[in-house]
Parts: sequence; C-alpha cells; structure tokens
Amino acid sequence: MLATAQTFTLDGISARPVRVEIDVHRGLPAFCVVGLPDAAVREARERVRAAMVNCGFDFPLRRIVANLAPASLRKVGPGLDLAIAAALLTASDQLDLGLRSSVALVGELALDGSVRPVPGVLAIAEAARERGIEAIAVPAENGPEAALAGGIEVIGMQSLAQLSDLASGEWAPERPEPMPLRLASVAAPDLADLRGQRHLRHALEVAAAGGHSLLMVGPPGAGKSMAASRLPSILPPLDGEEALEVARIASSCGRLGERDAGGRPFRAPHHTISPPGLIGGGNPPAPGEATLAHRGVLFLDELCEFRRDTLEALRAPLETGWVAIARSGSRRHLPCRFMLVAAANPCPCGRGEDDPECSCSPLAARRYQARLSGALADRIDVLAAIRQPSAEEIGGPPGEASAAVRERVTAARERQEARLGPGRGNAEMTPSEVRECRLEESAAALLADSYARRRLSGRAHDRVLRLAQTLADLAGAPAIDREQMAQALQLRRREDA
Amino acid sequence: MSEPNACAECLRRSRLLAHLAPYIEKVATGAPGSRSPELLRLSNEDLAAAVAPKVAEQVLTQVAVAPEDRMLADLVAAHCWACCRHHELYPVGLRDAADAPWALTGRGDAALLERLAPLETVTVVGSRRATSYGREIARELGRGLAAAGLVVVSGLAFGIDGCAHRGALDAGRTVAVLGCGADIAYPASHRSLWRQICERGLVLSELPPGTGAWRWTFPARNRIMAALAGMTVVVEAARRSGSLITADLAADLGRDLGAVPGPVNSRASGGANDLLAGGACVVRDAQDVLDAMLGPGVRTSAPRGPEVEPHLAQVLQAVEAGAATCDAVAVRADLSGADAAAALATLEALGYLTCSLVGVYSRTMLATPDV
Repeated sequence: MLATAQTFTLDGISARPVRVEIDVHRGLPAFCVVGLPDAAVREARERVRAAMVNCGFDFPLRRIVANLAPASLRKVGPGLDLAIAAALLTASDQLDLGLRSSVALVGELALDGSVRPVPGVLAIAEAARERGIEAIAVPAENGPEAALAGGIEVIGMQSLAQLSDLASGEWAPERPEPMPLRLASVAAPDLADLRGQRHLRHALEVAAAGGHSLLMVGPPGAGKSMAASRLPSILPPLDGEEALEVARIASSCGRLGERDAGGRPFRAPHHTISPPGLIGGGNPPAPGEATLAHRGVLFLDELCEFRRDTLEALRAPLETGWVAIARSGSRRHLPCRFMLVAAANPCPCGRGEDDPECSCSPLAARRYQARLSGALADRIDVLAAIRQPSAEEIGGPPGEASAAVRERVTAARERQEARLGPGRGNAEMTPSEVRECRLEESAAALLADSYARRRLSGRAHDRVLRLAQTLADLAGAPAIDREQMAQALQLRRREDA
Repeated sequence: MSEPNACAECLRRSRLLAHLAPYIEKVATGAPGSRSPELLRLSNEDLAAAVAPKVAEQVLTQVAVAPEDRMLADLVAAHCWACCRHHELYPVGLRDAADAPWALTGRGDAALLERLAPLETVTVVGSRRATSYGREIARELGRGLAAAGLVVVSGLAFGIDGCAHRGALDAGRTVAVLGCGADIAYPASHRSLWRQICERGLVLSELPPGTGAWRWTFPARNRIMAALAGMTVVVEAARRSGSLITADLAADLGRDLGAVPGPVNSRASGGANDLLAGGACVVRDAQDVLDAMLGPGVRTSAPRGPEVEPHLAQVLQAVEAGAATCDAVAVRADLSGADAAAALATLEALGYLTCSLVGVYSRTMLATPDV
C-alpha cells in the first residue's frame, strides 16, 4: 500500500519542500530509502523502526521503499524522521490522519519515540506557510520558534505516540506562544567600560552612526577587542523584520534561543578561519561567519594574520550584502549585511615603529603594513590609531554609557533613512548620492584643497564625503561645515603614499 | 656647453672594473677592514695582478682590444653617456680624490654635471633601516636643500637615500650615484624613483651599463658621493651603518661633515650621534647645511607656513612634545576626540603635519611664521 507525507529539508538558511512516499508490499523484509538521502537521513530507518516499536506500533515485516521527492534534491539532517514514520504508519494501516492529512511534519525521533528538536524550524514553518499548508507538526521544543512564522497552525509534538491521538481528534494541542524576539542587545557589555580613549570613542560613534567599516591599529592590550565587542550596544535596535532575518539565520544553525541571543549579532572569528568558514560553503552549503553576523558586527581581530584568500573572499559579499554560493545545479544567496570592524597591530612586534623599543626591521614592518593596504582594506572607511591608555585614564571614571551614545547614533540613522530610504546608511551612498551631499563653502574648499594636493585619491575623496555626511547627521546639521569636514579627513583610512 | 665625452682609455678602465668585479669581491670582502677604494687607486695592471693573478693577463688583453665604437654603441643602447676625467665636464670635486673614477657613466640630464661643484652640492646619506623620524627629516632636508638651489646627491638605497631623493625631486635637482650600472634600478622596488631621477635629474655610476651590484661596489660608490659634495650629511645611521663609510671618506677629503641628531637612546641614530660627538656639524634643517657650507645667512631656505590659529598652535605643540596619535593629542591638549581630529586634519592640510598608514602623526620641517 502507498502513503505520502509532507516535510521540509534545510538548504542553507531556507527550506525546500520534500514529499515522503512510502510503499509497503510483499517480499523479503527490507527498508530502503531512496532520493538522495545523506547519511543522517539513511540512518532514519533504524530510528523509525525502534521508535515505532517502542510506542506500541507494529513495524511491518514486509518490503518497504521510502522515496524522497524531488529525487534530485539532496536531503540533509534527521528532521525527516517524523514524516517517514507517519507515512509508514499510514501505509501499514496503523494511522489515518484523515482531516489532518495536509499537515507537514518535521522532527527527529529518539529510539523511545520522543521527538527531538531540529535546526531551521523557523525557515521551515515560513516555507510551509508560503505553500499554503495549514498546519505543521514540529518538535515541542521548537514550537515557540515555529510560531514566529505566523499564519500557520503549529503543533508541538512530544512523542510519536501523539500522532494517533492527533488523528483521532482525542488530542487538541495547545498553540505555542511565539518566542519573544529581542530587538536590542540586552546582554551586550557596555561602552562605559572603555575608559579614556577619546579618539576611539569618537571613531566608534561615527562608524556606528553611518555603518562605516572601522580599522583599529594599536599595541596589543590597548583595548581594541574590548571596544569592538561593545559596538553592538551602541547600534540602533533592530526593527521587527530585521530581527526575524537574524532569527532565521540563528535558527538554521540551531543557535536560536541561546542565552545571549537576541539583538545585533557580534561575531569574532579567529584569524585561522578558512574562506568557506568565513563566507559560507561546504556541501551542502552552510552559512559562514559573515552570514551569522548579518545586521550585526563582524570583528576581524589581527587583520594582518588572516589568510589573504580568506580576506579576498569577503570583498564581494561586503559590496553586495549577499554571499553567492554556486554548486553544480544550484546557486544559493545568503544575506550578509554586517558592519566590518578590524583590528591590527602597527608592526609585527606590536609596539609601533615610533616606540624606541620596537625591534621590527623596517622591511618587516612594511611587509606587515602592506597587508593593511590590501584588497579588503579598500573597503574600510575609518582608521582609529589606538594608544595604550595611561594609568590615570585607566583608573579614571567610567566613560559615557552605551545608552546615551546609542541615542545619538539612532537619531543620525533616522536622518539618513529619511534622505536615502529605509534601511540605508551613509556608508552605502552611491557616487551620485555622494554628489548630492550639501557642503558649506569652507568645507568644500578644505576638501578641494586636500584633493588638489594629492593627499586624497578619487575613491578616498568620496569616502571622506560619506564620513563628513555622517558627522553632519550626528550633529543634526543641514549641511557639512568645515569642522566636520576636517574631522572626516582625520578619521579616514590612510592610503599608501 | 659641450657634450660629455670619454676617451677610450678611460672607458676601458670601467670595463676592466666590470670584468674584475667578482675577483675584487673576493679580495675586498674577504679580509675584515679592507676597503675597495684603496684597491681602486691601483693601475690597471697592478689591480688585475692583485685581485686575479691567474687570469690577469687574459682580462687585460680582453679589455685592451675592446673596440671604441663598440663601447660607445653599448652606452647609446643603454640610453647612457660617459664623461671621463680628461673632459671639462668631469665634476670638479672628483679631481681632488686620488682614487677618483676614470670615467663616469651617466643617464639623465648631462647639464647637471656642470653644477656638481662642491660648493653647490650636498650629499645626504643614512641608514637603509630608517625610522619614520629619519625618513621625514631626510625628505624635508632634500626638499629644503633642493629648493635653496643645491644639488642633492644620494645613493638611491632604501630608507634615507630614497627619501632624500624624493624630497629633492619635489623642489629641485638630485643626483643618484649607483653601485651598479646606471641603467639598472637597484634596489628594484625603487624603479619608479630611478625613472623619475633619470627624467628630471641625473644617475651616475663608475661602472659600464649592465654591470650588476657587488658588495664592494657600494663603498666604492660612497667615495664618489663623498668627493662630489662640499658637505656630507648623515641623517640617521646606526653605529655600523655603511653610511659612516661615506662620512669617513668625506672627512678624509677635507669636506664638511654634518649629522642629524637623534634620540640618544635610539640605536638607529647611534652612528649619527657619534659623529656629532666627534665634532660634526649639527644639522637640524636645510638652513644649518647652508650656513655651514656657505657661511651664516648667505642663503636662506626654510619655507614658512601659513598663519596658525591659537587653538591649532596648542595642538601643534602637543605633537611637537611627542603626542603621536589623535588620542594622545586629545589628552595632552585636553580636547574632545572630535576637536582633536578636526585640528589635526587642519594642520595636516596646512602642511605642518603628516600622518602614517597606521595613524601616527609627525611634524614636518615647515616652520610657523611667528618663530
């Protein structure tokens, strides 16, 4: 006898529909799964058999063929267990879902029949809603996550045994409440911890206000990593749609609901990371750190230690806000609109050439700094030179708290959105939009003078204008004045002479 | 003005040096303390016999039969010319030296040869491993001296040499003396600088075109640099720097010697500070060089910058007092991060400051008008 069940498999961060078809007929007892299953799906046979028996069902001793359609799509993970079990129960006349026949099922089975959580339930629930499916059965633990999708009935399953109760109508499951999405980073450390460092504070605020990428250069232990980890706390809170995007990515990696989740993500991959680790890849394609940092901050500590090809890989995604991963027969786009923050030592020993203690040969220092002017550095707008804070500063009073800075940053972002459109910041201004920036005469003269003296390249000229516009937005000024232009010239990343 | 020219005998001498270069390398660098300039005082026959007794005969014959038109054609093919010690354009300063090269191969503006009189020429040398302080001073010195109408001579090497050339190119004329053929850019990463000097200045060498660099050719070219100029300035040199050889040679010739003082605890300036302790002239800027060479106040160089507002002057003082980053300036001048940034950028635009790739500021030589 033939039976089918609807389920979904995860592909990157989106879900693809899969139809489980089961045929039970006479022959030598066997259970085979066809339709490009990965190892975890193939092993479903053993889990399904044990779960059925331990929940009091019979496992038919006949020839069972499970086909996963479409046959050309690779199915991954244990989330198909529940659907395979349901189709097998239906095919062997032990279950009649009847009115509930249009329910989609997702979940991993334990040997005792209980349903275990799987990653990506939010994306799956959304995909199901889009296909017009009325209800979706998910592991009870994933219920609140699935409920975020909205517009679809969510059934939280504890055990395989509940399937027959559901079919008979004996069990009317409670609708799980959608999990609350935190828009602001509540648990993020506060900028007040950053003592002294007036220049760095200013640079952080400007970078956050315009979404400009930032490079910090200074000796080890001066507070670069500390400052970077406090950046999410001064960024404006996520809006609802953005929070859902972040949740979808976290869900597909099984990270949603972690204690520190919520708010803008902060990712700090180690410098030994590989290109696929950073931008995503592998087979099947998995999101990388760049995607995990979507709508948040990607922090590259020790920028000069990263492999060149790794940084090269980050260029296109930085420009487009998407990672495109091409595999034979398919192409996936993963979102990655993040703020790039990098830190580097001024030379291999870290002290900086102007410190008499610095033992680096100029050639070594030059080679080291050459990496700072590489391809990725081209995308960096702001340079902050950090200094070891003095004993007086480090023992001094705490700095301004994140909340106050965030207020100014949020106000500046609102001005940018009013001018450029929703969700866009000054860092993304196109060359034609840059030309529309309004400058006071003295500011224009200062910029033209720097350009004429060849202190600026054409690209740097536009970069300075973007920065100056952010400074004007922070001040709430209608046009860029001379003071703001000078600050932008100072903050800009330096290029090789 | 006549064209530079070289007689066959002097051209053959250059050729001989090129042929013997590998042998001289063994003799000159084998024993500690031996110096190539002493070898170069010897006659052709003595030199060949001293460095390569086994092949001396053969090399001498080979050089002696080299046809003159062939040697001249080689020069033209390398876009070079030659000037020998018998020609009127041969630099006056070199005539003082017992071990002066017989012929100079040049590439670039031959008219500069006429201006290479000791009183119009300054040699600026220093460490290849220069700090940003040394590089900045070398550049400013080159610029200031060239602007005052002097010819700046240096060796195209990394560090101080390159910066002195660049500064001089900004404002006037410069001459590079190479330790290889004049048609070879050495070090290779200074190729674009070499090209600029070929176009707007002069590149000189005592070796024929196409000759590679050997260890001994660098002290040898140092003796040319020392002899060309009326004053040799050491910008930054550690105690064992090769630029001290140039200083020694200049002192032997009775030329003026100057050095730029560096921090007393800085290894990079150890040699330069030793020269000062030994009586060399203190060089802080181009004016010091002009005063030492031509007499106090005979010629002035220092450019004066535009007016500086009081609050900017305060920031300038902070940088002069050692605050190198924006943050340090903010603390020292007690300004907010934003105000300090604006002041630094303004001072940079006025030409008083420069900023490195990693955001470290240093003061240029540009003087404020009120000082």
